Amino acid sequence: MSEAVMHGHEHHDHHPTGWKRWLFTTNHKDIGTLYMLFSLVMFFVGGAMAMVIRAELLHPGLQYVDTQFFNSMTTLHALVMIFGVVMPGTVGFANWLIPMMIGAPDMALPRMNNWSFWILPFAFTLLLVTLFVPGGGPAGGWTMYPPLMLQTGDAMPFVIFAVHFLGASSIMGSINIIATIFNMRAPGMSFMRLPLFVWTWLITSFLLIATIPVLAGAVTMLLTDKYFGTSFFNAAGGGDPVLFQHVFWFFGHPEVYILILPAFGIVSQILPTFSRKPLFGYESMVYATASIAFLSFFVWAHHMFTVGMPLAGELFFMYATMSIAVPTGVKVFNWVSTMWRGSLTFETPMLFAISFVVLFSIGGFSGLMLGITPADFQYHDTYFVVAHFHYVLVTGAIFAMMAGVYYWLPKWTGHMYDETLGQWHFWLSTISVNVLFFPQHFLGLAGMPRRIPDYAVQFAEWNFISSIGGFVFGLSQLLFLYIIVKCIRGGEKATDRVWEGAHGLEWTLSSPPPYHTFVTPPQVTDATAHS
Amino acid sequence: MTERANQRLALKLAGVAVGMFGFGYALVPLYEVVCEYTGLGGRTGIVTAAEAAALDVNRGREVVVEFDTNINGTLPWSFTSLQRRITVHPGQVTEVYFVAENTSDRSVVGQAVPSVAPAKAAPYFNKTECFCFTQQTLAAGERRKMPVRFVVGADLPPGVNTVTLSYTFFEAPGAVAEIAPAARDNQGS
Repeated sequence: MSEAVMHGHEHHDHHPTGWKRWLFTTNHKDIGTLYMLFSLVMFFVGGAMAMVIRAELLHPGLQYVDTQFFNSMTTLHALVMIFGVVMPGTVGFANWLIPMMIGAPDMALPRMNNWSFWILPFAFTLLLVTLFVPGGGPAGGWTMYPPLMLQTGDAMPFVIFAVHFLGASSIMGSINIIATIFNMRAPGMSFMRLPLFVWTWLITSFLLIATIPVLAGAVTMLLTDKYFGTSFFNAAGGGDPVLFQHVFWFFGHPEVYILILPAFGIVSQILPTFSRKPLFGYESMVYATASIAFLSFFVWAHHMFTVGMPLAGELFFMYATMSIAVPTGVKVFNWVSTMWRGSLTFETPMLFAISFVVLFSIGGFSGLMLGITPADFQYHDTYFVVAHFHYVLVTGAIFAMMAGVYYWLPKWTGHMYDETLGQWHFWLSTISVNVLFFPQHFLGLAGMPRRIPDYAVQFAEWNFISSIGGFVFGLSQLLFLYIIVKCIRGGEKATDRVWEGAHGLEWTLSSPPPYHTFVTPPQVTDATAHS
Repeated sequence: MTERANQRLALKLAGVAVGMFGFGYALVPLYEVVCEYTGLGGRTGIVTAAEAAALDVNRGREVVVEFDTNINGTLPWSFTSLQRRITVHPGQVTEVYFVAENTSDRSVVGQAVPSVAPAKAAPYFNKTECFCFTQQTLAAGERRKMPVRFVVGADLPPGVNTVTLSYTFFEAPGAVAEIAPAARDNQGS
């Protein structure tokens, strides 16, 4: 650790100020903040699109937008929420927390860290500008299936290059995280002493490096099919559109774990704190996370049971899918056991974390239902699928991120957030999100297809209720924004430990932590490890 | 020291990412192999005429073969089969005819893509001659009767009593401008 590193620090202490500080920063805390703010902005962009969707679906018939634009909204809503909110948001947590949790002075490759973030605004400019090009935005669904996707107008290359940029950003971020965790741990911080959030991100990073390039390949094939005369997916030239689905979901299924594993990590930090007990079954949590990641490479075709597959294939992918329920079940039971006979208190982060456990499990169960091949033939491409993935992504990933924001915001800003408003935000969100998504199960079982701007009248009541839930949920998030801004600008001074039950290196630092932390690595012992 | 270790690890991981990009492309031939092997996507087999003639005919088993014809997108053709369905014995070489007509006032190159259902029958459905083996060029208004010679393998899984052979004609990608005039000349000679 050496001079190079020390020298770097002296240099950073005179960091530029104003906007140049943010543009040129290589500090993990600054970059973490940038990621989090970017994610927050995109949350409202993607949320506004969701409001358009729910407004159009409030009543049967076509009211407010034309059908092409509606399809662009569903497509872009998904791309923005996945690549603009959940992924950058969790990377933001990783940037802020991993160095502080493992006793490192910064990320391993700080300059690359700067690039990984600053690619994002360009990528999203490319993606969102498609709304204004001839032919409109991409409207073939976020899964970009050919041949429909190949009918996209001028937006197509924009979308594909945006995906390339987003992928490059994620891969660079992942390389950085792995290098940090492998090489920058403080003395005594062995792998089995890593906080679980660090573990989940280590595994997620490997998933990203293994799968994002496959997505990049798939969209490049789409690009050459449309503009350079190749026939990867064009049947006339000997290609097969179903091939795209295989390649896409080879990326796509690990991707859903990329979205949820860091959320698992966040919740695994929060539940022990407010239960005032160590995490139950730490080792099994690590192994379960690794098992989920490993299995995620062998289940992709459960997204495409209906394309026509040999019976052996359908059985294999069904059983492989079911088997993921085992390590996931281990995690859920460990969370419950962590709370069992704990001294529980219900501050906002804990409320969101408990809500995560309950509602994510509901999403997990509907996922099991979808994993049953014969049943999937009824559920496929209906609102049941929409309900399922919104339970695992909104009440799963997003709720965990909200829990994490409330949990670490005092550490990051040095101020306590407004607990009363936080509780209001929690209850408004939790009630409205269920009003929003639970009826979609019924709609899907009754046969309402996803990605349609209009529907048969028998679906009117549940859609109306769902839309009302959607509007309330959307408005509730303005409260979230207000709470965050208020907390950044001031508030009751937070203590270093913030929560009496909090354990781990980040809580040994002041709130907010100094610009450079752990320049001298701390010595980690059993007593200070694990939260 | 840490810095060098970081860079080395970063390079290795970047190598993995590049490798996985290649793996994405490797899935294309891999998928071909799986399709060939399992009949996924209804890929049919090809045998030579001599091999087909040498097969034993199983007169004790009857299989109904249905024909289905489709036109993709904006291809300005009509396309039908002369027979809708016929009954054959496994091992028996059979010839059927399809008719395509170019209803437009320009020469068009088409490519037919076959598919057999059920997929598990596909590897046993072998063609010795098919208009789908090559691109077909039809001059404006031209009508063409095209043969397909096929044989259903004697080892067709039991329980499969009906096999559907479906063709979809696509406008051959990128072929219209270059190939069409040459092909028209050939037909004239």
